[in-house]
Amino acid sequence: MLNDKDRIFTNIHGFQPWNVDAAVKRGDWDNTRALMARGQDAIIEEIKASGLRGRGGAGFPTGMKWSFMPKEPKPDRPNFLVINADESEPGSCKDREIIRHDPHKLIEGALIAGYAMRARAAYIYIRGEFIREAETLFAAVAEAYAKGYIGKNACKSGYDFDVFVHRGAGAYICGEETAMLESLEGKKGQPRLKPPFPAGAGLYGCPTTVNNVESIAVTPTILRRGAPWFKSFGREGNAGTKLFQISGHVNTPCVVEEEMSIPFRELIEKHGGGIRGGWDNLLAVIPGGSSVPLVPAAEIMDAPMDFDGLKALGSGLGTAAVIVMDKSTDIVRAISRLSYFYKHESCGQCTPCREGTGWMWRVMERLRKGEADVSEIDMLYDVTKQVEGHTICALGDAAAWPIQGLIKHFRPEIERRINETNGNAAMMEAAE
Amino acid sequence: MPKLTVDGIELEVPAGATVLQACELAGKEIPRFCYHERLSIAGNCRMCLVEVKPGPPKPQASCALPAAEGQDIRTDSPMVKKAREGVMEFLLINHPLDCPICDQGGECDLQDQSIAYGKGHSRYDENKRAVTEKYMGPIVKTVMTRCIQCTRCIRFAEEVAGVPEIGAIGRGEDMQITTYLEHAAQSELSGNVVDLCPVGALTSKPYAFEARPWELKKTFAIDVMDAVGTNIRLDSRGRQVLRALPRINEDVNEEWASDKTRHAVDGLVRRRLDQPFVRRDGKLIPATWDEAFAGIAQAAARAGSNVAAIAGDLLDCETMYAAKALLRSLGSDLLEGRQTGLSYDVTNLAAVNFNSTIAGIEEADAILLIGTDVRREAPLVNTRIRKAIKKGAQVFAVGPENDLTYKVEWLGNDLALLGKLSKNVLEVFKNAAKPAVIVGGGALNNGLGAALALVPKLGLVKEGWNGFNVLHMAASRMGGLMLGYAQAGGIADVVAKAPKLTFFLGADEVDFSKFSDSFNVYIGHHGDKGAHAADVILPGAAYSEKPGTYVNLEGRVQRGDRAVFPPGDAREDWTILRALSAALGKPLPFDTLAQLRAAMASEVPALGVEGLATFAWAPPKLDAKASGPVGYPIKDFYLTNAICRASPTMERCSAELVHGEQYLEAAE
Repeated sequence: MLNDKDRIFTNIHGFQPWNVDAAVKRGDWDNTRALMARGQDAIIEEIKASGLRGRGGAGFPTGMKWSFMPKEPKPDRPNFLVINADESEPGSCKDREIIRHDPHKLIEGALIAGYAMRARAAYIYIRGEFIREAETLFAAVAEAYAKGYIGKNACKSGYDFDVFVHRGAGAYICGEETAMLESLEGKKGQPRLKPPFPAGAGLYGCPTTVNNVESIAVTPTILRRGAPWFKSFGREGNAGTKLFQISGHVNTPCVVEEEMSIPFRELIEKHGGGIRGGWDNLLAVIPGGSSVPLVPAAEIMDAPMDFDGLKALGSGLGTAAVIVMDKSTDIVRAISRLSYFYKHESCGQCTPCREGTGWMWRVMERLRKGEADVSEIDMLYDVTKQVEGHTICALGDAAAWPIQGLIKHFRPEIERRINETNGNAAMMEAAE
Repeated sequence: MPKLTVDGIELEVPAGATVLQACELAGKEIPRFCYHERLSIAGNCRMCLVEVKPGPPKPQASCALPAAEGQDIRTDSPMVKKAREGVMEFLLINHPLDCPICDQGGECDLQDQSIAYGKGHSRYDENKRAVTEKYMGPIVKTVMTRCIQCTRCIRFAEEVAGVPEIGAIGRGEDMQITTYLEHAAQSELSGNVVDLCPVGALTSKPYAFEARPWELKKTFAIDVMDAVGTNIRLDSRGRQVLRALPRINEDVNEEWASDKTRHAVDGLVRRRLDQPFVRRDGKLIPATWDEAFAGIAQAAARAGSNVAAIAGDLLDCETMYAAKALLRSLGSDLLEGRQTGLSYDVTNLAAVNFNSTIAGIEEADAILLIGTDVRREAPLVNTRIRKAIKKGAQVFAVGPENDLTYKVEWLGNDLALLGKLSKNVLEVFKNAAKPAVIVGGGALNNGLGAALALVPKLGLVKEGWNGFNVLHMAASRMGGLMLGYAQAGGIADVVAKAPKLTFFLGADEVDFSKFSDSFNVYIGHHGDKGAHAADVILPGAAYSEKPGTYVNLEGRVQRGDRAVFPPGDAREDWTILRALSAALGKPLPFDTLAQLRAAMASEVPALGVEGLATFAWAPPKLDAKASGPVGYPIKDFYLTNAICRASPTMERCSAELVHGEQYLEAAE
């Protein structure tokens, strides 16, 4: 279990004020100039050495991502940092807590990360529904400007850096990095084709890096306490601490910072207050937000909660949004509801996702009620395979995986419903 | 030049090619819906998926993937087959099975590709999606339930037509293509989205339920609605041309056509002159050919050599040559084609030609428009200028400000400005590698001298580049000038000679009051202004009804074929003139079209060879002083000639798009 002294997010529960004075007392903005004085490449190297992997879901090494940015940006094509605060994944709620209670960690991180990748400015794209959080963030950015932490000669480092906050309009797809860039440019939020990747041509055609809020917010602390400290947590390749968001059928749902690779059972016992009705009552867990496949109880109980451990179970860490479901859950209905979410949030740009998400949801709804044929389970699985990997962005995959997980692990439950419904239906005789 | 393999075939592809193009070079067909050579890449239909190694273990959209050294591309693997079948299935689940009543039937990409790449059955048991209709104006009929969201129409409107009025609203399966406010797209090129649409979502409104493509006879022809010389295909059934479609010609129209080119064809069966008329007691009454010829013979005897011929805007060179030969046999060379009274100097044809060529203007990096409303005078030249701007060209203009669909720096509306261009303009032209000037109909009469004076000043003519361009509006103009249809003082010179017998060859824009003392013979196809002013009407053939030679504004000699025969007693124009010459006792020396063309080519050799005619650059010394405002000659794009004015579609376009009238659709 993580010791209190090793927590990065010291105000994640909001016991103290979020404002700049309180943040400074907690150690933020503490000689940021000295951190920047280490030099841009040294910062990137330190982050690389810390083993920090992107906290937005894909788990791409953050330091390496930064190193893709041009080292000498042209004056007419500056580098940009875009921070993804469009947290819309069902189950995820960590960025919201960071912005609510510790916004200065994010802003300081933006300055340091932006400086390291030679960015001219950072754009924080915040989810439209986060109204109070956006207010907090606007206020915190204003405070940082007033204190001279950002803006011209940020932290007296001689580096000019601006932070802009942009509010989204409530589309899940705008959390996809290239759709976010389109949306920032004022266009319809639809993912772009890759290549070109954002590091080559991103926001307004300029080199851009898109990072998750948590990835950015942890960087100042990593630099202050050193890469070895950060790396001392978690298994090899899964370094650091992580905000876990435990929701569902646990006794005390919460957002908590924990060591990576903590076993699931320990995480739930320590912070979730145990499964509602005891461990025998656990049915399944979606360990990383709605777009990763669910894992049945027996497999997850002692699994390490990290990128590689959950990948081995055929799922993923995603954003570490742990959705716990006990045996009272109608699991088919739960996944059907997620299918509806993806149908609703598909941008409609490319064919498989536009047409497939609606089809999958409709079949799921029939499976939920048992108004289907057993052969349609295989057909549905085939349709998910037709969507997966054939789309422009990962939303198609995200829509397909939960259903694949359901069919893989709960096929008998689906068949039972179909047989029950069909068995109850009176046998119809052909009229003669 | 990356080297790669496609299905085991090794080949080298040009740098910058996409995987899709590489596959095509290897002779492999790649199905596609959203990809179009002339539009930006959207990559959204996912039909063109192929397997590429090295790369992620999933199929890649070949249209958007750059070809790279050492790629191993498979278009025939099980993974690719499955991916295509999957995408095709997704496209079809919400596509209505209304092919029997769909106008796209027989030329539908979805139909064709579903046969090649689809499954034979459907697994989709849910309800299909229905989409409400969208209003897109008098030309485009919508059945949006059929739409597969390929976004070609959106990209065309934005990139080529320059009117970003089509877009998508909603998301996911509720995404709909619309003009937002459901009014007609304000574009002269909107008909092209019908060709671009791979399914039957956007079809031609005037052509709705008219014919199936396999019933139509297809004839290659040249368009006469403007001077661009758009290459078209006339689709006809029986005696009627049902539609006009563009043919691909990279030098002229690429693969676009203006709405007027496409949809004026319904004017070809209305208000036609289908028998001769003679005027008796002030009234035009039907007559036989013999009576008509007898009347002309009497007038010719009185007139002697005091005879003139005025050519209209839609004429082929053969007609003009035959008329010229007839006048010559009567002892006159009083020929004029500039009906509205223009009298610019034509001693050097290069000085009134579009010298950079239509395709060449794309390469210009500084363009000065002088008194020209390019968007309406030649919509397909306008798209080229848009392309030049995309490549970085700067455009300046002298004339009344209007919307040309791109950014123009308006210098003012006074030809005197040509003599005192600002430092900024001169600087841009000085730095330009390929500077160009385009003089339009509004400035030609007063401004040609001043424009020619800019040639040395702006460095318009240099080795391998001639950037001096004149933009004509009449399909017959360049051909007419080559055949000598020009008097030094324009039509005023003809009027001054007070001809006793005047032939109006499809000329409808002349001020006929000046010819009230003359015996007027109208040879043409529509009962328009020219016919009303005539003493004898001889019914001729429209452009679709005769093989003809046309010279477009860049001096390109092109030939079109006959699609249908003229109606009733009407005849091809040159045969009328040949028969008339016999009636006048001075038979012309050609009995077939081939003989006529040979005679014409011996007189003007350039007209005998299809392709770009070359004119030696020797601009005349003209008065470089010019002043005063210019006005654009085209007031109503849709009603510029007799065929358009007879066309109900053009009438409606004019009412709706130019005059802002609203049409209510009947409830169904």
